[in-house]
Amino acid sequence: MKRASANIKKAKTHVVQNEGLLFEVSRPGKTGYSIPALDVPEVGQNELIDPELTRTDDLENMPELSEVDVIRHFTRLSTWNYGVDTGMYPLGSCTMKYNPRINERIARIEKLAGLHPMTPDRLAQGALEVIFRLEEALSKITGLSAVTVQPAAGAHGELAGMMMIRAALTERGNARKKVLIPDSAHGTNPASAVICGYTVDTVPSNREGGTDMEALARMMNDDVAALMLTNPNTLGKFERNIVEICELVHTRGGFVYMDGANMNALVGVVRPASTGIDVMHMNLHKTFSTPHGGGGPGSGPVAVTAELEPYLPYPRIVRVHDGTLGMDFNRPRSIGRIRAFYGNFGVLVRALAFILTHGDEGLREMTEAAVLNANYIAHKLKETYEIPYPGRVMHEVILSDKRQLKHEVRNADIAKRLIDYGFYPPTMSFPLIVPGAIMVEPTETEGREELDLFIDAMKSIAEEAARDPELLKQAPLSTKVGRLDEVSAARKPILRWRPEAPPRTDRA
Amino acid sequence: MRYIPTSPAERISMLREIGCERIEDLFDQVPESLRMDRPIGIGHPMSEPELIEFFNSLASKNGTSGNFFLGAGAYSHFIPVIIDSLISRSEFLTAYTPYQPELSQGTLQYTFEFQTMICQLTGMDVANASLYDGSTAVAEAVLMADRVTRRNKYLIAESVHPQYREVVAAYTRNLGVTVDYIPVSETGAIDPRRVAVDDRTAAVVVQSPNFFGCIEELNSIASAAHQAGALLIVAVAEPLSLGILKPPGHCGADIVVGEGQSLGIPLSYGGPYLGLFATLEKYVRQMPGRLVGEALDHEGNRGYVLTLSTREQHIRREKATSNICTNQGLFALMATVYLATMGRRGIQEIARQNVQKSHYAARKIASLKGYELRHQAPFFNEFVVNTPVPAQEVAERLMQKDIIPGLPLEGYYPDMRHSLLVCVTETAKRDAIDKLVSELDRIR
Repeated sequence: MKRASANIKKAKTHVVQNEGLLFEVSRPGKTGYSIPALDVPEVGQNELIDPELTRTDDLENMPELSEVDVIRHFTRLSTWNYGVDTGMYPLGSCTMKYNPRINERIARIEKLAGLHPMTPDRLAQGALEVIFRLEEALSKITGLSAVTVQPAAGAHGELAGMMMIRAALTERGNARKKVLIPDSAHGTNPASAVICGYTVDTVPSNREGGTDMEALARMMNDDVAALMLTNPNTLGKFERNIVEICELVHTRGGFVYMDGANMNALVGVVRPASTGIDVMHMNLHKTFSTPHGGGGPGSGPVAVTAELEPYLPYPRIVRVHDGTLGMDFNRPRSIGRIRAFYGNFGVLVRALAFILTHGDEGLREMTEAAVLNANYIAHKLKETYEIPYPGRVMHEVILSDKRQLKHEVRNADIAKRLIDYGFYPPTMSFPLIVPGAIMVEPTETEGREELDLFIDAMKSIAEEAARDPELLKQAPLSTKVGRLDEVSAARKPILRWRPEAPPRTDRA
Repeated sequence: MRYIPTSPAERISMLREIGCERIEDLFDQVPESLRMDRPIGIGHPMSEPELIEFFNSLASKNGTSGNFFLGAGAYSHFIPVIIDSLISRSEFLTAYTPYQPELSQGTLQYTFEFQTMICQLTGMDVANASLYDGSTAVAEAVLMADRVTRRNKYLIAESVHPQYREVVAAYTRNLGVTVDYIPVSETGAIDPRRVAVDDRTAAVVVQSPNFFGCIEELNSIASAAHQAGALLIVAVAEPLSLGILKPPGHCGADIVVGEGQSLGIPLSYGGPYLGLFATLEKYVRQMPGRLVGEALDHEGNRGYVLTLSTREQHIRREKATSNICTNQGLFALMATVYLATMGRRGIQEIARQNVQKSHYAARKIASLKGYELRHQAPFFNEFVVNTPVPAQEVAERLMQKDIIPGLPLEGYYPDMRHSLLVCVTETAKRDAIDKLVSELDRIR
């Protein structure tokens, strides 16, 4: 027996875990496509297009694969990923909730998915109605007068919103110079303000995690175009003084831009319009549950007050005289167009389906359950982890690694260890004002069992941090690859496959 | 609500545990005066069957089942069935941006493959993980040229998609730059001799094939741009043209941007689509958007990570190269699966069929009395036809026959009242083309 097994030549690799790049599994002569044969008389290509203009590389190095190879390849890759369907994905500020399958089905209805964007309006009434109804619903949810769904993502919405503020101020005679942004804000806020030609000043947060009112009063002057404020903010706190803040900014002739990334805490409970803000965006891929697909697509509709309505991007979808829907391009005060066509339509279909499925009571229930879940986690973990801004939270809770640091365990170690317990880690090191931040947003689509398992895992990890910190340093132990050397990767970046390239040799 | 797994009893016990009496207590940090005292006003929840019925009835208000010959930045192509199967895998569909690389290797590897294939198609050194769409990719390229050259003047060809030009205008409006336009010559392309670059010009922006379908003379335009130190930005709205055409990277382009919709993405009334962005190695640190790079773990296993993030807003804030965060990740996957499935020979075959079918249609239409091709420059799958009556009228009359014959251009170019932009791809059957031709023939 012993002799026999010694003679067995063992394969070295696990085929699923070691699937190569497309270019490495490609073999000349394989094909995976199926299209009808050409059905018109063929003319020599050189007679149609000057050969000077055509490519000479014969598309060398593009993959050659059978359909089975393609299916296997991407299916294997998918097993190295983790999605909301796999388990809890408590990525703070990203609102990773269940993506209803019915919405996927609806977005694939042929007459929606197959509609060309240049189709004349009267043959696109159904699509226009999707946009019209969604804009109407978002207007009701926010309490603001008008909505555009043209922006392709949250940051794109910020850009549109800030452009509108600039256009309005310019019309008043002075575009102003600065935008105020709290130190807890998303990085997209300052980056968006800059494209609108503004410089950015940072407003400090107070001890409760809200805006420092004295600082704001000091900083707010006639040079300030706008305050960009996330509410609830990235600490999971509702801005208690929001009404006073808006009054203060308005008194000095500025506008208030609300980053609505955290609308999941407000839908059906607070209409942002009633807080006094002028313009806001929402992220349909967060609050309204369209799948985030490993980085996108998103959609970032912008809602505005009546005062800012004339500046919305064109075209506007409007009801025309014969009762049908059409596009209004005659918008002389508009900021223009910020994207070709009309927005991420397929995302809009899914978001409308989500809203209609919930209705008034469902949307409110969604918000309540999301806030309840966040507070439940905060309550259960407050003895184990530092909560730098204690007390009631809205949709998310920010923990920190402060208590684990004495064992030299950092937030990243906690995150990597959570992977071994079967969870996707929370957002790390954000917001920037919390050292060692661990930002947990459970959303409403986690049940109590799943929350308890997460809480148990976090408690176990805190114990491991005290008793066996080395274990956490080595985590994750359950994944295809261990911690990757990001520093070397950035120093000598390899950003594409090349046929002749030698393998990377630097070691972590 | 079926998407909320906590039972009513569990919610009550959780509430008690955190010290709340009623659900309203959860919101006690919200001033009472701001809380809603009435429902949103959307109505009652819809059940699943009602929802399907509702959207089916909306969809039925759309269009005809007939044939359309529309392009203009969005193209009808065969889409392999396996794309939808693969992107529907929840590990891809329901994942977020790959912030934790160990648990996101699937997303990271396909993005690396995507970047590679976009480089191969365009002939460039590096490509990013995607931007929103073609129009915003052009705007981002213009902003990048500003950073690279520190100049503030742009020359944009009038043959660039009108909506792309509008987006560039909106993006640059507040940045103190000047935008001038290069006129289109009689041939339908721009005349490289009329590219008036000076030492303030940051970049020349062209599209090829351009909005009229014509192929621009990129080599000569590149020389004109480079001799005065400006960059050449080339937009590609129809990336399948690169199955046949010389890639812009082999013609001297510094930045190639594009619309990736043709690569397996449904028309979906204009989005979500896929912004392509590729450039030269030396400009990589000025690029917008995410980049995936190769990395090793401590055992020397190969993996992939998001890299060069110090360009990005979450680290660099107001000094970032762009404000983009969410991109079009899943649609980059669609393009990756498309390119892998079609493969080297399939891409060439599709490109061949587009050339053959569009030229077949163009020949037939040009032979009709009262019709002629407006331009002489070579084209890929789109061309402009001059019509005997205003093009809008032609379109109206053919729509009564369930055919959308193309896009009347007057709304975009006021002097083109009698011009129709016609697109013919591999999805147009010969019968449909012949029907289009015979119906056009009835209008004189």
